[in-house]
Amino acid sequence: MPSAVATAQRARVSTDAAQSLFPLKVRQLVYRVGTHRLIDGIDLTIEQDSRTIIMGPNGAGKSLLLRLLHGLLPPTAGEIRWGETLRIDQARPRQALVFQRPVLLRRSVGANLRFVLKLRRYTRAAREERLRHILELAGLSHLVDRPARVLSQGEQQRVALARALVLEPEVLLLDEPTVSLDPASVAAIEELILAAHKRGTKIILVTHDRGQAWRLADEVVLLEQGRVVP
Amino acid sequence: MQDFGQAFILAFQLIVSTDPMLSEIVLLSLKVSISAVVLASMMGLCIGATLGLARFPGRSVVIVLFNALMGLPPVVVGLLVYMTLSNAGPLGWLHLLYTPTAMIIAQTILVTPIIASLSRQVIEDLYSEYREQFLSLGVPPKTAAAALLWDARYSLLTVALAGFGRAVAEVGAVIIVGGNIKHVTRVMTTAIALETSKGDLALALALGLILMLIALSVNATVSFLRLGASNRAYA
Repeated sequence: MPSAVATAQRARVSTDAAQSLFPLKVRQLVYRVGTHRLIDGIDLTIEQDSRTIIMGPNGAGKSLLLRLLHGLLPPTAGEIRWGETLRIDQARPRQALVFQRPVLLRRSVGANLRFVLKLRRYTRAAREERLRHILELAGLSHLVDRPARVLSQGEQQRVALARALVLEPEVLLLDEPTVSLDPASVAAIEELILAAHKRGTKIILVTHDRGQAWRLADEVVLLEQGRVVP
Repeated sequence: MQDFGQAFILAFQLIVSTDPMLSEIVLLSLKVSISAVVLASMMGLCIGATLGLARFPGRSVVIVLFNALMGLPPVVVGLLVYMTLSNAGPLGWLHLLYTPTAMIIAQTILVTPIIASLSRQVIEDLYSEYREQFLSLGVPPKTAAAALLWDARYSLLTVALAGFGRAVAEVGAVIIVGGNIKHVTRVMTTAIALETSKGDLALALALGLILMLIALSVNATVSFLRLGASNRAYA
């Protein structure tokens, strides 16, 4: 019986994985705290290939929208639909989110990446191969044994990005990943984002940096007071 | 004042000569308290991790209860364990009263709420930092609990050492359930109480000095571990 359950689960996961995550359709999305509508009836359709930048002033609801899209928060009203029929919990395992302030485990850089690879049940050999590859790509190979939290802010953000990319997500969500970083770190992170997009990863990035939007955007969604500005 | 000075000299002589009686008492104290802390850590960390991570109705009541139990009077615990293990009690058939096992049970009951409450706070604080990342990565609850316990290991070791400090310095419960029997259940705190009442200040003082030395070592270890962990950004 357990094997039948496992087979059914595998079949469901495989069906989910076969289904495209796009278009992403957001309909009449509302997020309310008390009487404040922080997200106020957003309608949005996002296609697969473009790099989508969500811009807006502080307090516009950019980061909140990203969290809602990733399913970290439940909307007060409205609907988020990845692909034709996928619910957020079905779509989330195929996405990765990089936070504005990197949340790294109190372990070495290598251990941080191994943690997520173990979660996805990669074999030991596959884990080490992927780890080596992504660290080379991110220029972090020399830091593999260093405690992640003693690194500079820019290096920590690159570790967080490498941890997101090591799982080869179909969608990479980034919440102001370069805020308060020096220009060299910004360039290194943008390079990684562009490389991921070239490999077929959909990019949805939140920023209030116009220069960054100019460099990275195929399409821009402008938010103001929880609404999309037409 | 002269008696006081002589007592100190005799105490040092007992320590330096590793007096057999003194060694026996110290070793039994350590055996009982370390066993109790190991058992209490096994239970307390599970309880702490569950309370830190899980959300269920009545959780805050359980937290308040465990916090209140941190100040559990040792004599009350001793009395309850005594009643449970005495011949008339439900576990009397085990014949554990006046044995080191009974003392371990009493100290475990005293220390478990301390470890559970303090570890719950440590785990909860760390989880508030990791929560969104774990949710994003789809980390299952058991893996999350294991990861949090591992990442908070230095803080949790401090918690366990705090529990040890409480256990080794406790006298009320162990004297009731252990009975302070020579060569069987006599530990440092009960021996100090007895020798003081007999007027043998030298042995009492020697034991007191060792007890203070242990307390100092525990605190030094805690500080050393925290400093090391913090320097390596693991804390």
